[in-house]
Amino acid sequence: MQLHQIAGNDLLLDVRNLETHFYGEDSVTRALGGISFQVKKGETLGVVGESGCGKSVTALSILRLLPKLTARTVGGQVRFHGRDLLELSDREMRKIRGDQIAMIFQEPMTSLNPVYTVGHQIAEAVQIHAKASRSVAMEKAEEMLRLVRIADPERRVNNYPHEMSGGMRQRAMIAMALACSPELLIADEPTTALDVTIQAQILRLIVDLKERTGTAVMFITHDLGVVAETCQRVIVMYAGQIVEQANVIDLFARPAHPYTQGLMRSVPDRRRGRQPRLPEIPGIVPSLREPIFGCSFAPRCPFVIDICREKTPVLRDVGSSHAAACWRAEEVMGA
Amino acid sequence: MATYILRRVVSTVAVMVMVGVFVFLLLRLAPGDPADIIAGPRATPEMIAGIREQLGLNQPLAIQFVHWALGILGGDLGTSIFTGRPVLELISQRLEPTISLSLLTIILSVTIGVSFGVLAAWRSGGLVDRILTAFATLGFSVPVFVVGFFLIYLFAIRIRWLPVQGYQPIDHGFGPWVVHLILPTVTLSVPYIAFIARIARASMLEVLSEDYMRTAAAKGASAYSMLFHHALKNAGVPILTVIGLSFAGLIGGVVITETVFNIPGVGRLVVDAINNRDYPIIQGVLILVSGLYVLINLAVDLSYTLVDPRIRY
Repeated sequence: MQLHQIAGNDLLLDVRNLETHFYGEDSVTRALGGISFQVKKGETLGVVGESGCGKSVTALSILRLLPKLTARTVGGQVRFHGRDLLELSDREMRKIRGDQIAMIFQEPMTSLNPVYTVGHQIAEAVQIHAKASRSVAMEKAEEMLRLVRIADPERRVNNYPHEMSGGMRQRAMIAMALACSPELLIADEPTTALDVTIQAQILRLIVDLKERTGTAVMFITHDLGVVAETCQRVIVMYAGQIVEQANVIDLFARPAHPYTQGLMRSVPDRRRGRQPRLPEIPGIVPSLREPIFGCSFAPRCPFVIDICREKTPVLRDVGSSHAAACWRAEEVMGA
Repeated sequence: MATYILRRVVSTVAVMVMVGVFVFLLLRLAPGDPADIIAGPRATPEMIAGIREQLGLNQPLAIQFVHWALGILGGDLGTSIFTGRPVLELISQRLEPTISLSLLTIILSVTIGVSFGVLAAWRSGGLVDRILTAFATLGFSVPVFVVGFFLIYLFAIRIRWLPVQGYQPIDHGFGPWVVHLILPTVTLSVPYIAFIARIARASMLEVLSEDYMRTAAAKGASAYSMLFHHALKNAGVPILTVIGLSFAGLIGGVVITETVFNIPGVGRLVVDAINNRDYPIIQGVLILVSGLYVLINLAVDLSYTLVDPRIRY
């Protein structure tokens, strides 16, 4: 089922049939229904979709950070440098977190520990992984704050999170994530909670630092504009499945899944000036607690035909390095 | 911060004056003539008049209070009626066993209570959590003297590892001192361990689901570091509050424990004083305990700033 296999030595992360379930009182939510994708060394991969489509769950499953009591990854592999992360012991996994794979989160206001200084929290990552002494690690923390362009880093290292603005905290989070030069940075909606002007600055910062450090970035967002600005490749998720994957140019030029098309229509286009009303995708996301027959998007799809309700479409090639999970992908692209 | 401390000191003085009035009136409000009560049923009118003269009971109440309060400020807590010796001297003679018992109880309760709470929160819903919760409920509901007699029966009478009762001063050697204090300390600690563990568990559970805990995990922090470094300090304010409250009220438990284990401490002094109607001793202990209570509360409030940098006074 894997389509465009990436040559071995370019491949950084290889996720295969990843399946994660959440367990409620008397229900099971199939948050991830067996997804497969790859991340190349140094590339920026966008992951887009609505709230609840499984973007964050994908990230947390890769790093095994899901709450143990309520969630479990029940199947698949997460191969990183050829090793399946799902098979590692807790101790081995800790060595990877924050060192080779780092993550930044959506909420800069709550993602930093309020009772320790920002410098302390950045230094901690360095102390854990580089086995550096406290003073060396604090110097590194200051250097990282300078790298993420926080003014007056000598003073700011000793600030507590509540003494910083949201934008500064997110910069500090980025500094913390990059402190050990990870090969993969997972950014889970890093700009969603910020003001629009700050969003642009943080985006530019991530793109810049990615260029300088050569780290690969998995950019999770619901904002197609962000994808267009930052990513080389994109996967589109819907209801715990990947419904389309493509180069960013192909995706915007010829979306092959009706859901992707719907997403693009609902992005305001500034060049066209004021629009009467943005088109929206009718209907709601299906409940993942019930088994889904056929295509999960069928109830909301303008292209729906009988087969869509009976057989689940799998991801298939619709162009060079362009795949979609839709029975009528070719017609959708032509539309 | 400085103005806050000043404000607290002023309010402390106000509280202590009120405590003083109350403690002073304790003797005067007791039914009948205080001199009558002190002298006992078989006293002659001359003896009662003598006592009245000695205590200055013939003067107006306000004058009596001022005399009494000035005496306390000068370090004079009055004279024991029963023994005729200064109250301060009697109390200070009994201080070592009580301080030993209290300090060991505080150390044991805080370390065990907090560890239990953290462990239970970490494995919440699991076997450890359920065992600890059951223990906490039990430990909090069984009275101190029941635990005391049970432990004496088990460890002192059945397996004979530890002495039944008594106290050895620390300058007779650390070994005997500690051995005599093990059972009383454990007895007195049980309800405090239970109380602290419950609050620590609840407070930790709340913190463990915070976003920054996930950040710490994403950094590669170990379970130990997550719990004791990242979470515990955040859970600290409620835990400190119950620790402060517990030990401010420790004296009640100390009285019972000292009686059960026959320890010659302040608690026993009070019990004896009550039996002998030795009011000056009761008043002196009350004043000291109230002062300690107020001081501990102040210390707890100030310690919040050490735990949480967002708290500013």
